[in-house]
Amino acid sequence: MSYEIVARPHEQNFIDWSKDKPEVVVLTADLTNSCEVGRWRDTYPDRYFSMGMAEQNMMGMAAGLAREGFEPWLHTFAVFLYRRPLDQLQMSVAYPSLKVRLMGFLPGIMTPGGVTHQAIEDIAVLRSVPNMTIFEVGDATEAESILDVAHEVDGPVYIRALRGEVSRIFPKSEPFKFNTARILSTGSDITLITSGIITEEALRAIPLLQEKGIGINHLHISTLKPFTDPLVLKAIEGAKHGVITMENHSIVGGLGSMVAELMADNGIGLKLKRIGLQDTYAHGASQKYLMSEYGLDAKALVETVATLLGKDLGISETDLQEVRTVSVHSSAKAEAL
Amino acid sequence: MDYYQILMNSNKSAHNLIKMQEIATGIRRRVLAHTLSNNGGYMSQACSSAELLAAMYGGILNLAPVPSPIDPPSFIGVPLVGKAIKRDYLTGAQFHGAKGPEFDRFIVSPAHYALVVYAALIETNRLREDGLEHFNKDGSTVEMIGAEHSPGFETTTGSLSQAISQAGGIALARKLRKESGKTWVFMSDGEFQEGQTWEALQAAAFHKLDKLRVIVDVNQAQCDGPMDSVMSIEPLVARVKAFGWSASVVDGHELSAITDACALDTGHPHIVLCYTDPVRGLPLLNERRPVLHYLRFKSKDEHAKYELAYKEMVK
Repeated sequence: MSYEIVARPHEQNFIDWSKDKPEVVVLTADLTNSCEVGRWRDTYPDRYFSMGMAEQNMMGMAAGLAREGFEPWLHTFAVFLYRRPLDQLQMSVAYPSLKVRLMGFLPGIMTPGGVTHQAIEDIAVLRSVPNMTIFEVGDATEAESILDVAHEVDGPVYIRALRGEVSRIFPKSEPFKFNTARILSTGSDITLITSGIITEEALRAIPLLQEKGIGINHLHISTLKPFTDPLVLKAIEGAKHGVITMENHSIVGGLGSMVAELMADNGIGLKLKRIGLQDTYAHGASQKYLMSEYGLDAKALVETVATLLGKDLGISETDLQEVRTVSVHSSAKAEAL
Repeated sequence: MDYYQILMNSNKSAHNLIKMQEIATGIRRRVLAHTLSNNGGYMSQACSSAELLAAMYGGILNLAPVPSPIDPPSFIGVPLVGKAIKRDYLTGAQFHGAKGPEFDRFIVSPAHYALVVYAALIETNRLREDGLEHFNKDGSTVEMIGAEHSPGFETTTGSLSQAISQAGGIALARKLRKESGKTWVFMSDGEFQEGQTWEALQAAAFHKLDKLRVIVDVNQAQCDGPMDSVMSIEPLVARVKAFGWSASVVDGHELSAITDACALDTGHPHIVLCYTDPVRGLPLLNERRPVLHYLRFKSKDEHAKYELAYKEMVK
């Protein structure tokens, strides 16, 4: 299993996309090149505004611009969009439901920058903020096609964005669709719901599980709020042995919690296993190492399936290694902050 | 004659200053009357900022007129994502008249000054006199801490120091559209304890927002008491100048000084620091020192004393 690797899917795509949208402006907080908008700045210098390392003011300035009909796209690391400036995000942007787009790069444990740079509870925090729309892209096709989807939302949008070397898992002909799950495989034993980069990781294990005769109903979620796609409920209802969620986020408040709420709301009495950061911070290391260390990898999925089924599946680490051709791109790790 | 000269000349006219003084007197009177009838109110804020707001609404601001004083609407709900009620929903900005490239904008930052702002709007025929009857009543937009549905409030700013950034964004948008109108922010001095204020000041200077204006009620009082006992912000004028702004320091009860300072066009974002007396016009408030933030009567006797002061005021 090997996917095409796309270098910097956001960079040129965002330049091309912005060309006929003079209302689109970019605000950054000293991470311009790190968020792939250095060339955007050089292309549209009159629409680019450096706000320095001052995210609270950046959020308020974005609100003012949006009130006047501009569409600010803030580019910085995910953590810096919701931790420090949360009050500003809530009162200046979310309450008036302004068209501000928050491009949060390096979500979850994708950065060796350690705890200060790892947005592990952004979904939990922001999904509790009224008027927010939350997206997470899982591959290059979604990174490219999210722009149109976000542009259409008449309110604030937070995007867990991808940069650098990104796999193309979904064909270009199947762009990001608002509030629509992608069904990646069908089966009646277990329903598996994944999001973001974790989907690619899960896809490594699924063929091995299927070879063992286990039916996996696999859904990829890219709209986290709203979370009302009827496909999700339908997939959960059909699971014989239970449901697994898998996310690059804390198990508290993210995809796992959303699915738990959906199941409880609908009286679905199935086991739910939530793979993700188990209510813990992480630290600075490579993505591959962290995914293994914190149990966010294909191995963790195989073990969780085995637990739900109550049997040893006979899938070894070597089996998983053999399918691991592109799981973590070496150049992504080497990239500077 | 250019616009600024006209403004300066007109503001300096004795007639205008007299009108402004009447507005200021009306603000204090209305806020005291309301505080008496409601057994509470942000009284010291009216005492300190009456001239400042009278000068703004009475001539400094170039606002479109409203045809007749507006009846404050009932609250129709919060802004919702993707819903039509959102941006066109009745905001407090309607009390500032129609927007236009040549007109000024006025963003009120200390939302707890709401009662004082409402009084100023009544005095300048933008809000109906009986609008105050809705103050702090369930289902009303005339809220105690104003938000963007409240008369005179264009944005939601009760979490202090957020207005200057919002106004910076508005000023930046207007600069991109080459509009001639200014964007004004009314701030309280306590907000200069917040880090965001300084972020906003540095950004406005960096992006050369030369039509951004800030006017501050430097009453040196905050919720816990005198500011120098809570967290000093002095030397304020030196600090803001160091951040790239031009600044005027005036007696905040001297109308001609306020109007002169506000007419300056320095080519930089400009701040007018109005040093004020939080008991001006109501010396009885001195008995409440050191904490002046909110006046709630402790006894019938105290209420009676303020009744007497009110009678003096309207004599």
